[in-house]
Amino acid sequence: MWRFIGSRLLQAIPVILAVITVTFFLVRLAPGGPFDSEKAVMPEVKAALEAQYRLDLPIMQQYTAYLGDLAQGELGPSFKYPGRSVNELIAAGLPVTAELGFYALLVAVIIGGIAGVFASLKPNTAQDYLPMSAAMIGICMPSFLLGPLLVLVFGIYLDWLPVSGWGDIPGDKILPAITLGSGYAAYIARLSRAGMLEVMSQDYIRTARAKGLPEWQVVTRHALRGGLIPVVAFLGPAFAGLLAGSFVVETIFQIPGLGRFYVQAAFNRDYTMILGTTVFLSTLIVLFNLLSDILAAWMNPRLRAQFGSR
Amino acid sequence: MGVETIVDVSMAEEGTSLWKDAWRRLRKNRMALFGLVVLSTFIVIALLTPWIAPYAYDAQDLDLGATPPSAQNWLGTDIFGRDLMTQIMYGGRISLAVGFVATAVALLIGVTWGAIAGYVGGKVDAVMMRMVDILYALPFMIFIVLLMVVFGRNMLLLFLAIGAVEWLTMARIMRGQVQSLRQQEFVEAAISIGLSPATIIRRHMIPNALGPVIVYTTLTIPSVMLLEAFLSFLGLGIQPPQTSWGLLISYGAETMEEFPWLLIFPGLALTLTLFSLNFLGDGLRDALDVRGSGD
Amino acid sequence: MALLEVKNLAVSFVTRNGVNKAVDDISFTVESGKITAIIGESGSGKSVACYSMLGLVPTPPGRIDGGQALFDGNDLLQLSESELREIRGRDIAMIFQDPMTCLNPYMKIGDQLIEPLVYHRKVSRADARQRAIELLDEVGIRDPQTTIDNYPHEFSGGMRQRVMIAMALINEPRLLIADEPTTALDVTIQAQILQLIANLQKKRDIGVIFISHDLAVVADIADQMVVMQTGKIVETGDREAIFENARHPYTQKLLSAIPSGSKVSSDAVPEPLIRVENLCTWFEPGGNKPVVKAVNDVSFEINRGEVLGLVGESGSGKSTIGRSILRLVPVTSGHIDFDGTDLTSLAGAELKRMRRRMQMIFQDPFASLNPRMTVFDTLAEPLLLHGIETRKSVSQGVLKLMDDVGLARAFVRKYPHEFSGGQRQRIAIGRALATRPEFVVADEPVSALDVTIQAQILELMAELGREYGLTMLFVSHDLAVVKHIADRILVLYHGELVEQGSGEELFNNPREEYTRSLLEAIPGRGLLD
Repeated sequence: MWRFIGSRLLQAIPVILAVITVTFFLVRLAPGGPFDSEKAVMPEVKAALEAQYRLDLPIMQQYTAYLGDLAQGELGPSFKYPGRSVNELIAAGLPVTAELGFYALLVAVIIGGIAGVFASLKPNTAQDYLPMSAAMIGICMPSFLLGPLLVLVFGIYLDWLPVSGWGDIPGDKILPAITLGSGYAAYIARLSRAGMLEVMSQDYIRTARAKGLPEWQVVTRHALRGGLIPVVAFLGPAFAGLLAGSFVVETIFQIPGLGRFYVQAAFNRDYTMILGTTVFLSTLIVLFNLLSDILAAWMNPRLRAQFGSR
Repeated sequence: MGVETIVDVSMAEEGTSLWKDAWRRLRKNRMALFGLVVLSTFIVIALLTPWIAPYAYDAQDLDLGATPPSAQNWLGTDIFGRDLMTQIMYGGRISLAVGFVATAVALLIGVTWGAIAGYVGGKVDAVMMRMVDILYALPFMIFIVLLMVVFGRNMLLLFLAIGAVEWLTMARIMRGQVQSLRQQEFVEAAISIGLSPATIIRRHMIPNALGPVIVYTTLTIPSVMLLEAFLSFLGLGIQPPQTSWGLLISYGAETMEEFPWLLIFPGLALTLTLFSLNFLGDGLRDALDVRGSGD
Repeated sequence: MALLEVKNLAVSFVTRNGVNKAVDDISFTVESGKITAIIGESGSGKSVACYSMLGLVPTPPGRIDGGQALFDGNDLLQLSESELREIRGRDIAMIFQDPMTCLNPYMKIGDQLIEPLVYHRKVSRADARQRAIELLDEVGIRDPQTTIDNYPHEFSGGMRQRVMIAMALINEPRLLIADEPTTALDVTIQAQILQLIANLQKKRDIGVIFISHDLAVVADIADQMVVMQTGKIVETGDREAIFENARHPYTQKLLSAIPSGSKVSSDAVPEPLIRVENLCTWFEPGGNKPVVKAVNDVSFEINRGEVLGLVGESGSGKSTIGRSILRLVPVTSGHIDFDGTDLTSLAGAELKRMRRRMQMIFQDPFASLNPRMTVFDTLAEPLLLHGIETRKSVSQGVLKLMDDVGLARAFVRKYPHEFSGGQRQRIAIGRALATRPEFVVADEPVSALDVTIQAQILELMAELGREYGLTMLFVSHDLAVVKHIADRILVLYHGELVEQGSGEELFNNPREEYTRSLLEAIPGRGLLD
């Protein structure tokens, strides 16, 4: 198992390096320098600014210097918020986004998982059709549509829940978490249903029934593990999707998280912020992918054995 | 003429091909048929929009402002007094075009890549699929946002960027298909007859690998359309004066408190299309008996 | 009193295409202390009958139409699901066909073994584990103290079937239902498992229902026999009655389908058509795994007009030899001389020309035909490719081939999925003969077929072999089949040649230990004479 983790970690390093390199040069390639738009900047001031951000150096030196900074965990200063570093901005936004993402993932896994398993137990009956129809709606109703609709119904017409903010008024975390999580809940429901149906048709389920085990034990002891491996493997991609989804949800609900910073940085052409956040988020996503891969492999004894010591 | 004396084979009773069989199953699936009908209708409308739209695309009536649905404007008007139905029809052209074109890009790259890797096998396959693995690990959603920021909001770039993300799964599916087909005995039989590789691929492999590709293509279109709508909603996708469903939803969300129809109708158009495509895809999956296709 | 008494059992499946009577009004009894074999080909309803009694047939689509199954005087068919569950795994246990898929791959075998004991008898886990270790030892699992904590994938097929048997017996049931328990296993392993089941049954004096498609398999162990055909019982009786005095024509047909006797070799002067010298075909599995020496330094000759049998168990490399000769897998080293041409050095147009002269018939008629091509397309392809027929005359050629292999001409535009297994194999044979080859590799051509169909296909192949003057390499795991059809037999073990000789020589005077053990493992040897 350790060899497996080690080899996967080694694979992750070039990916992260590639992300850094591509992002760095893409951002540098962007037409127009960051200070071009502000008129009436004195040439001397501009030169001073460019020196401060190391823009006067040849690009390869900028790149190596940036890598050096990264190695020390330093993401550089922000263009747009003078005096504040990208590290500080991420540190301010991350806890909010992490909390939002955590609740959304909780919604997705718990509701989606239960609905999917439940539906798989009685395929092609009402018990299957109802949750699966709901899942279909969830998949076809993107967060940027669902969010405003939820706000309209529960926030404005019914006036049950607050429509914006994060941690200011009790209950203001409910709508964002549902908005962000529901699409993934729907996907996980479909995934776990398919996985369970596949497993329930296996011969070893018939063996378990022939032993006289009650149906709930057949499901929990014999089917659940194999049926949910696809769901665990999906957690990595789901995490990446949730991060991207937080861009929209944080914008809709005006939540001061990383996603909103990122979108704002994109519009302000705050290149160091974009660069820093991209590198940070990408690393996070790569690591999370790794984690869900390892977890899924660990759940399968065959794979576990394949990679050495048990 | 009796059965045993058939001389001309065209007189023999015709068999039921797997395609015919699948079509028969699909016809029995009401949701998939519903999807097919809705989708075809939308495509026809999109193609004919310039001739059948009730108003000109740029016609506005600032004095009128936003009005709810009425006899003159079936779906109401926006704050500039533009007819919403016209807007949705033109937006649909773009949204559907992005969906189909980007999927076509993904299809082309993915199928070629996967087929080559699967057929050649060995080290070539290992290297090619290794590249797919690495690209898979990249956080593409963030990259697309980045691309849009850096290079401006260019439609062509949008097609390419989205297509470049979606081809990965297509390549994996195709490679899996080709690889398992290569080991099939009927392909071995074709080799031992002496057929050339080109003929084997054309006659024995492609027809048998088509099912999963069709299903996955149908399911890729909605995810591409979602991606476009997502970017447009953030203001990073389609730019005015052009419009798309994502952009209309974003405008609608801003003013939904006073003018909810501006959110609801574009949202309905998008959701209905995604529904149709997903139902059709699921129906095709069942009809073509495709199992576990990559996702 | 009988342990199990089945009266007028009827089960059907309701499908979109109508109601299919899988089990149609059958009655039989199972005595305690005896092995009752239920024999039938696929679709005879033999498994459905047993599964339905235990509530293991999903309803719908299954439906029990009527009848009784008295176990201890209780009608199993009238019990509620929870009452039935009390009996399943405690009084009646089952083992299944494919040991590779019947154990849960995510659980240690120990945990799976003790489940019935813990659930039905409320035994503590520690005691149950102790009992499981004893039982594993009894069924012949080495080192049960440690292997009890292994996962199923760490065992071979035969060992897994032993684990399954231990699991079935852990509650000391009074009735054991074994559904084709040896069909997926190699012959030598099959013989061991059959012996094990017979021994355990005697020791415990329990009743066993042994479901099989193969009369020969049960010939040595069954006390009572029930023969089924398309949902009905056609004949019942004790072993002697069935094997010596079968009354029903279907039973007689089954008996005559057991291949017996050996081919009388022609006394033509042997003239080698194919000479295989020091053939090695190795596979590199990639990663850090060692090279698989599928075929290792094998030399032999095939004479013109001869049928050469190639016998071995799974992993012996027998199929790889056939594929190496046909250049379907890359040869590592060695030479294959075909009528004066070295096949290993051919490429391009030269290879294509040689391919016309040698063809292959595959094992699985469901996989060896392109599902999207009609019979016409399949048979016309080689005819046109090698210019044997022109576009104008090709339909004549196709129809002639169909006549030769015994397919009705009316089927010419049908697709493979519209045919039965035997018919498909006829199509595949037709395709192989289309190029009028001199040499054919037949790779287990009958092992995927029902026994009565097997006999028909073997006969067809022998007939066509004479008619077309074929030289044949007949690859099989089944010594009886090979002895029946082959002039000479090669025995392979782990990629190497062990022994060769005529059928009579091998059967009467095997020189090598391995050949002897193969021969002893042949089920129902007494039937062969």
